Amino acid sequence: MIPAAFDYHSPRSLDEALSLLKQHAGDAKILAGGQSLIPAMRFRLAMPAILIDINRLNDLRYVEERGDHLAIGAMTREHALEDSSVVRRSYPLLHDTAVVIADPLVRNQATVGGNIAHADPANDHPATMLAYNATAVAKGPKGERTIPIDDFFTGLFENAMADDEILIEIRIPKPAANSGGAYTKLERKVGDYAISAAAVQLRLDGDKVAEARIGLTNVSAVPMRAKAAEAELVGKSISDAVVEAAGKAAAAECDPSPDLRGGVDYKRDITRVMVKRSIQRAVARAKGGK
Amino acid sequence: MPQLDDRKEPHSELAEGVSARVPTTDEVQIKTPEKICGMGHRKKRKEDPRFIQGKGNYVDDVKLPGMLYMDIVRSPYAHAKINSIDASAALEMDGVLAVITGEDLKAAGDLHWMPTLMSDTQMVLPIDKVVYYAQEICAVIATSRYIAADAIEQVYVDYEPLDAVVDPFEAMKDKVIVRDDKEKKTNHIWHWEAGDKAATDAVFKDAATVVKEKLYIPRIHVSSIETCGMVANYNKARSHMQIYMTSQAPHAHRTVFALVSGLPEHKIQIISPDIGGGFGGKVPVYPGYVICAVASLVTGKPVKWIEDRSENLQADSFARDYHIEAEMAADKNGKITGLRVKTLSDCGAADAAANPSKFPAGLYSICTGSYDMKAAHVEVDGVYTTKPPGGVAYRCSFRVTEAVHMIERMADIMAHQLGEDPADYRLKNFIRPDQFPYKSPTGWEYDSGNYEAALKKAMDMIDYRTLREEQKQKRAKGELMGIGISSFTEVVGAGPSKDYDILGIKMFDSAEIRIHPTGKAMARFGTKSQGQGHETTYAQIIAEELGLPSDDIEVEEGDTDTAPYGLGTYASRSTPTAGAAAVMASRKIKAKAKKIAAHLLEVGEGDLEWNIDRFEVKGSPDQAKTIQEIAFAAYTNHPQGMEAGLEAVDYYDPPNLTFPFGSYICVVDIDKGTGEVAIRRFVAVDDCGHIINPLIVEGQIHGGLTMGLAPALYEEIVYDENGQNLTGTLADYLVPTAVESPKWELGKTITPSPHHPIGAKGVGESPTVGAPPAIANAVVDALWHLGVRHIDIPITPPKVWKLLRDNGVTD
Repeated sequence: MIPAAFDYHSPRSLDEALSLLKQHAGDAKILAGGQSLIPAMRFRLAMPAILIDINRLNDLRYVEERGDHLAIGAMTREHALEDSSVVRRSYPLLHDTAVVIADPLVRNQATVGGNIAHADPANDHPATMLAYNATAVAKGPKGERTIPIDDFFTGLFENAMADDEILIEIRIPKPAANSGGAYTKLERKVGDYAISAAAVQLRLDGDKVAEARIGLTNVSAVPMRAKAAEAELVGKSISDAVVEAAGKAAAAECDPSPDLRGGVDYKRDITRVMVKRSIQRAVARAKGGK
Repeated sequence: MPQLDDRKEPHSELAEGVSARVPTTDEVQIKTPEKICGMGHRKKRKEDPRFIQGKGNYVDDVKLPGMLYMDIVRSPYAHAKINSIDASAALEMDGVLAVITGEDLKAAGDLHWMPTLMSDTQMVLPIDKVVYYAQEICAVIATSRYIAADAIEQVYVDYEPLDAVVDPFEAMKDKVIVRDDKEKKTNHIWHWEAGDKAATDAVFKDAATVVKEKLYIPRIHVSSIETCGMVANYNKARSHMQIYMTSQAPHAHRTVFALVSGLPEHKIQIISPDIGGGFGGKVPVYPGYVICAVASLVTGKPVKWIEDRSENLQADSFARDYHIEAEMAADKNGKITGLRVKTLSDCGAADAAANPSKFPAGLYSICTGSYDMKAAHVEVDGVYTTKPPGGVAYRCSFRVTEAVHMIERMADIMAHQLGEDPADYRLKNFIRPDQFPYKSPTGWEYDSGNYEAALKKAMDMIDYRTLREEQKQKRAKGELMGIGISSFTEVVGAGPSKDYDILGIKMFDSAEIRIHPTGKAMARFGTKSQGQGHETTYAQIIAEELGLPSDDIEVEEGDTDTAPYGLGTYASRSTPTAGAAAVMASRKIKAKAKKIAAHLLEVGEGDLEWNIDRFEVKGSPDQAKTIQEIAFAAYTNHPQGMEAGLEAVDYYDPPNLTFPFGSYICVVDIDKGTGEVAIRRFVAVDDCGHIINPLIVEGQIHGGLTMGLAPALYEEIVYDENGQNLTGTLADYLVPTAVESPKWELGKTITPSPHHPIGAKGVGESPTVGAPPAIANAVVDALWHLGVRHIDIPITPPKVWKLLRDNGVTD
């Protein structure tokens, strides 16, 4: 568990980081919280020639509402989401997620941007951001651009950013009135990746579900939305049968791999249960509950 | 509360302990004042300041001038022929000094093989073939840890893969022979039996009820926070080998090193510094240790080898791996009459456990547990597979964990089968207090016990009858709640020299106490703490016996140049053996102290009596000499004709083992949607005889319960069909944390050992032994009405989920 040799840069500004990245494009990896990259390097699964450590970019650490969205700086530590009063008050799905990512030691170091940019379907934020319909903001030599989250995850550990771009911000739309969300995760022990987890964000119009987005964790090769499950909800009044139908749809459309966490049938059924529980809590919250 | 006062003051009768009548109490007795802090005081550990401040000194903290570093090339196959090893590219790297192969060790005097502690043999480095995944192939010696790690990637090994045999039942068919170095071409290693077969068969013939079950106790790993390692420092000029080593048994290891290497034993010094957890994993001699020592011999420089986490999880110290078929018989009144057990022990590629020589299956035959029955018969067969050595240790008291899991599961199955409450069923079948000392059907003599008292206390603490009512109501609503009990009997403190040895060395242990002129003391032991708090516990024992404040006693272990010879710390043996030696050495000192006191007070020895920290003239307590005054006199004013000084050594050979016990009750709730088991409450009542330091005992129990929770719900080493370890990192080998651990609710009863000089028993492993069946029994109890009879540990959500869905339960 000794990493291979690498060169190390610690830029003091985003521009400096971008210019280093341009100079070393293809050979360099960005080091954010390091909670995925460093273990991969210690096992020599990743052997980048150059590390560009962006931990000095304190300008990229913020969680604040700006206009119609919540802006999260990419270098925001996960624990900052746990502690944020605006997240706690208005973004319960995000707060649910923040408190079940790995363990407190990891959350003190891990970053929101790293969790998303790594594009690991086992990470928790991709499902949450898919459910929120978030937007990623990337910066490169040509300036800033926004990428809808639905377009962001392009493959296993692959995202829509170019080699010379850095993820700088995540934007979550402010939930409308009568909205609610929840994240439910089953893990083998604290710190483990999910066996399955479901992020649900929905809006009620009277008794009926007006909008719903569902993201799933660790049951597909690429972070995925459960669109069939969403379709089971939208336009319908919430009942046990509707919730069960949505859960079953998610179980059918996900694509888990068997591993030590369980077999395919098990993971599909757990996905059904996670989706149901998230819907039930999201609905309760949309109606003003906790 | 009579038991401490009942102890006779052993002035001259050194070996006298508490009387054979041992009433049970639940109050820790304290005889000494706070400033002396003898037995029973909740003294904070003397070790804590250095550990809390990060001032411990572990093997990896040792840095010697000119030190080199070793890294090991390991096999990617479980079973393969080695055609060639090409280390030329590695040797060309800057900073690489040597690559050591099996051929090199062979040339150095047949060091490519070594004996195991079970008198089997094990490869140090292979020449012809490898027999387990991650087996050591060769070692690189380099000037830095990083160069060594880079260089192992530059060693090219040409393997020819052979069929692996991972399943021990398959191995018994001898289609693939693991150890073709042996004369007999079979994987079967040994057969071992205990108990009376004919009597047992007769009991089963007459039985009114028989229950049978197959149980697998999976392979697990101790995963101590500190991995194994060594710094070997050979001084050519002195022909002296100094070794810093993660060792639970430094003296035994020194002797093994002397026998294997041919170096004279007085030229080998093993220092076991602070050790970050052992649990039996630091008892065996691993190939890495031998290679590291050879590397220092060859280079003449200090060489450091520290395993990384994955090496530790893949190659060292696996435990359990027992495949058990058990049958229990009961008469028409439901009374247990017999037990019949057949077990296959998956030993991996070498029988490299550390059991006493006569006990290839450890103390597994304790498996009749806490129940009085007419007959029992136990058979165990050891078998080789292409896996690293198994059955070594995991805080298990030499296989008692497996025995207890089996008997506690079987008793529970029998109770359920008969429709009896599992608590009442145990109370009905326990060995009664008046049956002690109790001769078990497999030949043990239990020293003392009061099982009923411990279980009743646990039932009171948890409010057992109310929980059963709640369970009934919940079940009516379709909710799944279970209550599990484990009333275990442990057997620790190996052991009496007539039966217990490791490689022929008898399993005594030792203490040496020297009292300095100013009344301060140094005490050294043949054991070696790995976190148990020996420096505190032993000091309190000596304080109790001699009245010296425990803070005035420096305790040292682990340096073979200074400590008296002993067999080390494992299997909960330190207090039963070395703790007893501390008492006996103290009493030798006290006998001399009495002569000095008599001289100083100008009275006869018969006129003196001991009072906490001094000898007083009977009837005239003002005339007294404290132990400190006596110590000063021992160097300044001792009687003519008496040797100066005040010191003693004792090598304690225990007359019997000690039999701690306890009753644990666990309450679980099961999530119908996910199959998750949530432990709502866990009450643990332990009885380890007299308690030396309640704080340390409680700490041991907390840690032990957590290490019992681990295999019950989380930990298992898993191999694929090719013998690859799928759980070689802590991402997949699930060591529970504080988050997974329930609130442990502790209680105690105190039933002293009649033969131990201060009535103490071991405790470190009791909770690891007792906890898993309490948890398993609780889960099965929650599901019994669905038709579930048994679930193998670890009881993971997928296993429970399948049982639920198979029985139509969902969410």
